[in-house]
Amino acid sequence: MRSYIVDDPVKKRFLLDREALVSEAVLKDEMARIFSKCWIYVGHSSELKKPNDFVTRRVAGRPIIFNRDMRGDIHCLFNTCRHRAAIVCTEREGSRRSFRCIYHGWAYRNDGSLGGVPGEEAYAGELDKSELGLRRPARFESYRDFWFMNLDANTPSLLDYLGKATEYLDLVVDQSPSGQMEVVSGVQEYDVAGNWKLMVENSVDDYHLPTTHSTWLAYMANSGVKIERPTEGRVLPTKGLAIDLGNGHFTTDNVNFRGRPVAAWIPIYGEDAKPEMAEIRRELVERVGPDRANRIADTNRNLVIFPNLVINDGSSVTIRTFFPDGAGKMHVTAWALGPIEETESARARRLDAFLTFYGPGGFATPDDVEALELVQQGLANWEDDRWSEMSRGMGREGEQLNSDEHHLRIFWRKWNQMMESV
Amino acid sequence: MGNDITRSQVEDFLYREAALLDEWKLEEWLGLLTDDATYYVPPNDHPEGDHRTTLFILADDIVRIRERVKRLMSPDCHAEYPHSRTRRLISNVRILSVDGDLVTVAANFICDRFRRYERIREYVGGYRFILKRVGDDFRIKERRIVIDAHELGALGAVSFIL
Repeated sequence: MRSYIVDDPVKKRFLLDREALVSEAVLKDEMARIFSKCWIYVGHSSELKKPNDFVTRRVAGRPIIFNRDMRGDIHCLFNTCRHRAAIVCTEREGSRRSFRCIYHGWAYRNDGSLGGVPGEEAYAGELDKSELGLRRPARFESYRDFWFMNLDANTPSLLDYLGKATEYLDLVVDQSPSGQMEVVSGVQEYDVAGNWKLMVENSVDDYHLPTTHSTWLAYMANSGVKIERPTEGRVLPTKGLAIDLGNGHFTTDNVNFRGRPVAAWIPIYGEDAKPEMAEIRRELVERVGPDRANRIADTNRNLVIFPNLVINDGSSVTIRTFFPDGAGKMHVTAWALGPIEETESARARRLDAFLTFYGPGGFATPDDVEALELVQQGLANWEDDRWSEMSRGMGREGEQLNSDEHHLRIFWRKWNQMMESV
Repeated sequence: MGNDITRSQVEDFLYREAALLDEWKLEEWLGLLTDDATYYVPPNDHPEGDHRTTLFILADDIVRIRERVKRLMSPDCHAEYPHSRTRRLISNVRILSVDGDLVTVAANFICDRFRRYERIREYVGGYRFILKRVGDDFRIKERRIVIDAHELGALGAVSFIL
């Protein structure tokens, strides 16, 4: 059994074999051992507001339809005709009671069952339509409106899989007075010429913030945000932790300095926003108590649900997922998430705050993309320069910092363990 | 400039803007904007969306446009250092309406972008600008750029001024 990591607790060294980031054979194994075995994020209930609503997308390389049927039940269907395999729904989103294949006209109800087959009599009564509904992933479950699929039937429930990560999902969902968050319209989809696992690292690696994002920090400072000089050996303005949530999940958990649409005002929001921000805070305190309100509003957290779901609860709330498209390329999708009862002005502020940092036009994400692409380009030397050094903070006792690599090692240990299992 | 605005006047202005952007004369480019200018790139899936209710690729007020230029001119703006080379071709310019001193114009564009040794990235789409007449010249009050691609995909980012 080969290992892609050197994990030496005595010498306190952790090395990663760079082949893991460049090899098409590794990618093939990942599809079988990770993406076909783990719970993979599909979508959010709020994307399907009414019965018959649907969206189509690719999840772990699989074209799927994520939809509500006529009764309002949510499904995840493979978007592949049982007859000769054509995609049956070509629209990106909409409302449909049925999906009809344009090739030979097989039509499926939106609960997946096969309705009509043109010229059915030619099958001489042998066609059992009840066996020919659209296929679907073996498992499909949700936690607080976040829906995941699993291609492996023999797997623990989603709730068991998420484990302690639910506490961090709760910190997001509890930002809504009714416990209902919604995906805002408008999706950001962009490719990065880098291995998908680099995005896992980048999403939680706060070590890179002062260098990669110095222009974002300058923008914050120019806008009147107080950026403290790091002290006590830190590289960041405030203290932040890296926390192991089990099952390969982990999060950063930082004292906030960057402003948050949930009741942490910064000058970029403008003086006019202060009364409304105060009201959001008041409601939060009244509903969950002062301690939990501070926990929600005054910390920011980037959460990774293994293997490829990131929820950035920072300058705004993002759902970010990404899938490999070859070993050296990934496709990233990002959405904004907000409370359903948010006022128009609070929603506008949330979206504006999102764009200060995140996305292909943000003040930070393009530089992340650049960094990951430079890594992938540098990896061309992998055969002669084989190991990535990931030991930062390994000797630290007790609390682990967000600017160390503890949480990155959690990912790689879990990944390596799954890649070793057959 | 008289009361009748001609297409060629608008074209001249758009060509001048394109040249400043292609030459990375961004400080000078800021001079073409009004003090309340806005700059929008809607998301690929909702090109008709409103930035207050839809997540955009980019939605700047004048303060953030100026901050964006500062960022772009810094060698620490890694996504654009070394700078991309861009070449804009603007065509099908139309004056859609004139309302007092405000002129709404539409145009098609192709913006080819070259970065280091990467293959060409071609941004194709439409401009929808609101220009303000200032004496014999224009200033840009609103700059809205709709990208035709169904998703940003291989275009990657809008890290420069599109």
